[in-house]
Amino acid sequence: MPIKLKEICNQEDKIASGHRACHGCPETIIVRQVLHTITAMGKPVIAACPTGCLEVCTSPYPQTAWRVPWIHNAFENASSTLAAAWSTYKHFVKLGKMEDRDIKFVIFGGDGATYDIGLQFISGVIERGQHILYVCLNNEAYMNTGIQRSGATPLGAWTTTTPVGKVLPGKTEHRKDIVGMFVANGIPYAAQAAPHAWRDLMTKVQKAVSIEGPSYIDVIAPCPRGWRFPMDQTIYMSRLAVDTCMWPLYEVENGKYRITTRPLEKKPVIEYLKAQGRFGHLLLPENKHIADELQRKVDQDWEELQRRAK
Amino acid sequence: MRLKSWKELETGVVILEPGNSVLYRTGTWRTFRPVIDMEKCTHCMFCWLYCPDGSILVKDSKVIGIDYEHCKGCGICAYECPKKVITMIEEVKARTEEAK
Repeated sequence: MPIKLKEICNQEDKIASGHRACHGCPETIIVRQVLHTITAMGKPVIAACPTGCLEVCTSPYPQTAWRVPWIHNAFENASSTLAAAWSTYKHFVKLGKMEDRDIKFVIFGGDGATYDIGLQFISGVIERGQHILYVCLNNEAYMNTGIQRSGATPLGAWTTTTPVGKVLPGKTEHRKDIVGMFVANGIPYAAQAAPHAWRDLMTKVQKAVSIEGPSYIDVIAPCPRGWRFPMDQTIYMSRLAVDTCMWPLYEVENGKYRITTRPLEKKPVIEYLKAQGRFGHLLLPENKHIADELQRKVDQDWEELQRRAK
Repeated sequence: MRLKSWKELETGVVILEPGNSVLYRTGTWRTFRPVIDMEKCTHCMFCWLYCPDGSILVKDSKVIGIDYEHCKGCGICAYECPKKVITMIEEVKARTEEAK
C-alpha cells in the first residue's frame, strides 16, 4: 500500500512538539516518518530507546514527547528490554490475557548504541528471531556526549576524540559494514535509508514491520552540530550522501540484495566533503590521499553492491 | 510552566500525560522565523514532512500556518520548499512589527 503525504499529514504526530532536539535535527524527522508510516498501517506501536540524543531530548522529566508507550534503557540493552516486552506480549496473547492487536515493536537507537555498545544484544535479538524493528539513527559519532568517534564515523572525519592536527588527520579507519554483519547473522530484512528519500524509507518500514522476525533499518541522520554545516541543510546533506554513493540506498531481503534508489548521476565524493566542516581539512593538499582513499572505498563498495544486487 | 513540588508528584517517576512536552515553548529559541506565502503555496506537504518539530499546522490536507510556539527556526522548510514560498525573516523584526 503506497503512502500518500496528503493522507498521513492529517494524522496526529506520535512525537509531540516541544522536544529539546537541536535546530534542524534529523532524528525527529526520521522518527516522525517511521511512526506516521506504522500509524497509517493502522498498527499500534511500542517504542524503546537506548541512551542517546533522541532519548535525552524527548524525555526531559517531568515531560515526554512520546505519544506511544515508550521505554528507555541503557546503551546496551534497549534491544533486550524490548525483546522481553515482545516475549511477554506474545505469552499473554497465548494465555488469553491480552487480545492480539498486532502491536509493532520499534527501537530507535543511535549509531553508538548500535555499532559499538549494543551490538551483541542486537545480534541476540536477531538470533532469537524476535519480531522487532531496529531503526538506527546514524549520525556517525556520539553526538549526545559531544561528538566522539564511533564505529560508524567515516575515514578522515574530525571528531573530538580524533582531532585534526600535526599527529592525526581525523579518523584513521573506515566505518563498519553493519548491514553486512546482520545479513551474515541471518536477518530476514535489513536496509539502508535516508530521510530525504521519504517514500523509500516508508516503504522499507512497511516491509520491515510486515516481516515475521527481526528487521533492521540504518537511516543516515546528518547532524548539523557534529558534521559542521548550516542547520537548514539537513535534508540536502542526506541527499548529497546518497548522490555521492557515500550512503547507497539498498535493502537485503532474506540475503537477496536490491538497490532501491540509484543516484541519477553519481557525484564525486569531494562535493560531500566540501559541504561539511568535519571534512574541511581533507581539502588541503597534504591530506589529498585521504580524500582519494575515501573515493576509492566508495567506488569499491558501490561496485560490490551492484554485483551483489544483480 | 510551574514545576510540581515533591508533595504534589505522583508515586514513582510516571508521566501520566503523553506528549506533554508541548507545554514547553521551544519557539523562544528562534532567531529567524519562517513565513509562508499562502497565495503561492501548493500544499505539497514537504515542509510538514521535513519539519523536525512538527510545527507546520495542517488541516484537511492543507497547510494552514506555522506553530510559532514550537518552531525553532531551523529553516529546513524554507530550504526544501520546491516553490520557494517560505522566507526566513528576522525574529526581532517580526516581533517589532507585531508590537506596532
